[in-house]
Amino acid sequence: MVSGSAPLRGSSGMTAQETAKDRMLTILFDGVAYGMLLFVLACGLAVTLGLMNFVNLAHGAFAMVGGYLTVVLMSSYGISFFLCLPLAFLVTALLGALFERALYRHLYAKSHLEQVLFSIGLAFMAVSGVDYFMGARQQIVQLPPSLQGRIEIFGAGIGVYRLFIIGVCALILIALQLVLTRTRFGSQLRAAVDDGRVARGLGINIGRVFALTFAVGSGLAGLGGALGAELLTLDPTFPLRFMIYFLIVVTVGGTTSITGPFLASLILGIADVAGKYYFPQFGAFIIYAVTIALLLWRPYGLVSREGAQ
Amino acid sequence: MSAAESRAAIEAPNAVAPDAEAATLLARSGAWKSWEFALWGLALAAFFLLPSKLLLLNDIAILALFVLSIDLLLGYAGIVSLGHAAFFGFGAYAAGIFAIHVSGDPLLGLLVAGLSAGALGFVTSFLVLRGSDLTRLMITLGVALMLLEAANRFSFLTGGADGLTGVTMAPVLGLFEFDLWGRTSYLYSLAVLFVLFVVARRLVHSPFGLSLRAIRGNRLRASAIGIGPNRRLVAIYTIAALYAGVAGALLAQTTQFVSLDVLAFHRSADGLLVLVLGGAGYLYGGIIGAVAFKLMHEVISGLTAQYWLFWLGLILVTLVLVGRDRLLAGPRGLLQAALARLPGKRAP
Repeated sequence: MVSGSAPLRGSSGMTAQETAKDRMLTILFDGVAYGMLLFVLACGLAVTLGLMNFVNLAHGAFAMVGGYLTVVLMSSYGISFFLCLPLAFLVTALLGALFERALYRHLYAKSHLEQVLFSIGLAFMAVSGVDYFMGARQQIVQLPPSLQGRIEIFGAGIGVYRLFIIGVCALILIALQLVLTRTRFGSQLRAAVDDGRVARGLGINIGRVFALTFAVGSGLAGLGGALGAELLTLDPTFPLRFMIYFLIVVTVGGTTSITGPFLASLILGIADVAGKYYFPQFGAFIIYAVTIALLLWRPYGLVSREGAQ
Repeated sequence: MSAAESRAAIEAPNAVAPDAEAATLLARSGAWKSWEFALWGLALAAFFLLPSKLLLLNDIAILALFVLSIDLLLGYAGIVSLGHAAFFGFGAYAAGIFAIHVSGDPLLGLLVAGLSAGALGFVTSFLVLRGSDLTRLMITLGVALMLLEAANRFSFLTGGADGLTGVTMAPVLGLFEFDLWGRTSYLYSLAVLFVLFVVARRLVHSPFGLSLRAIRGNRLRASAIGIGPNRRLVAIYTIAALYAGVAGALLAQTTQFVSLDVLAFHRSADGLLVLVLGGAGYLYGGIIGAVAFKLMHEVISGLTAQYWLFWLGLILVTLVLVGRDRLLAGPRGLLQAALARLPGKRAP
């Protein structure tokens, strides 16, 4: 990721100090892109978890569906990558709504253990289902030419694709924040997360709020899967590989706001990219250690009321 | 019984109970039932009746011990863990490495593996004391993944992705050589399972076990009547880790091979499924669930070897949606009708 920036700058007159700084900027930038992608993938889970206290470990399956949909649409039907993104959102949102109405809503009253078992079961079925239909190999998304290559900002080489990811995710973040704070639905949702029982007493239809939130959350996961298909290594084990990342975002960020998960996603993204670059021998070890340390410090998440659950 | 007395009874399980009635009640709930003897008799009889299936039976015994340890944690203390395979795998690697570098004696290896997994359990138990269920899921899963990562990295010690080979075991007690057909393996695993089961049975029927149930029921109220939750949770987490470590060691010793698979996520998930299949909170769930699970695995793998994971998922989903009680209502009704005719069913 760094070698690409050196020829552009020219080798003359570049000190080792500068290279290290540029490299750090690039890594920071990649980490932010990765973290924002993780946020889009996981924010639906954070909201549904806060709303219904429902542990959905199959959330990654929706992201995988979005990714595979993009691959199939692009390779078999020749649809443009940019058109695939909203399609991935719509299809997975519909799928999420369908699953919520048909299956998930029966589980809200059940114990966490049963929710865990159920959603792991769904994830397992998704993994082997995709394996059956698409094969176990990794899927490659051919990015459109306008997203390839890199540009230079403040001396750091920056991939256009990653810049695009950051842009889209920032737009989504702003839209989410506006919906949550400015609309009637947003205030109903916040009321329901704060205290479901009282919200229900005030006449808010929590079931409807939840179904809608679940659908949008799944759709965002699908969009994230489509958007990050090139970055995240798309293969059938996707839901299980990313389960831990989603759990980290949600537990570290807390479930009472979207600021918390966003912060957690950024920390996780930067720590993961930097850790894998600077200490490749430790692999994913660093993020697990950081997560556990953070949770020891704040067991209910970074942004939360202590002992809210 | 006054609060002070009950506290004394809980804190000193082996002391003479202050209240004779309480002691009688405890003894009654802990008495062996006739069907329990029948079950263990059946397990032993399987050795003679199914000589060609001993390797499968050995797998079942090991899985049963692993799930027994999950039951202690989940069924009695109410801790949901997504990473119990961490201790299973740690025990397996400890036993394998001990056999290669120190001594091939199986029982000594079992002890070392159990103690090291128990030590790991003790250290990590402090991580699961705080936070919500979700935090615990995350932390247990994180610990297991960290170990998997470590086992993969330290390949000079663990063999990495190729697995740990070259484990050779001495005969059990210097008498019984491990053989290809699993004769020694099954009896060895069954004996270990039985001994540890009896210990666990004694444990859960002791005042300590009752206090765990109180904590599971309501942590706040349990502390209000003088049961300190943290020390007990640390204790049961350590014990459960030790059990899982011994189960892992049994696998390493009887197959004489350890792969990264012992730490894999699906092993923890399998364990939870088996426990829910067999029923949590009465110890036999692990054994009954393990038998059912392995039989299902055998049948389904025979039909479609590649997509076992799909069927596993389907079983999980159905089990939760339909509910275990309704799913098992038919077979259980038959079983209870049969048991009701047994003369030994009367309470002692």
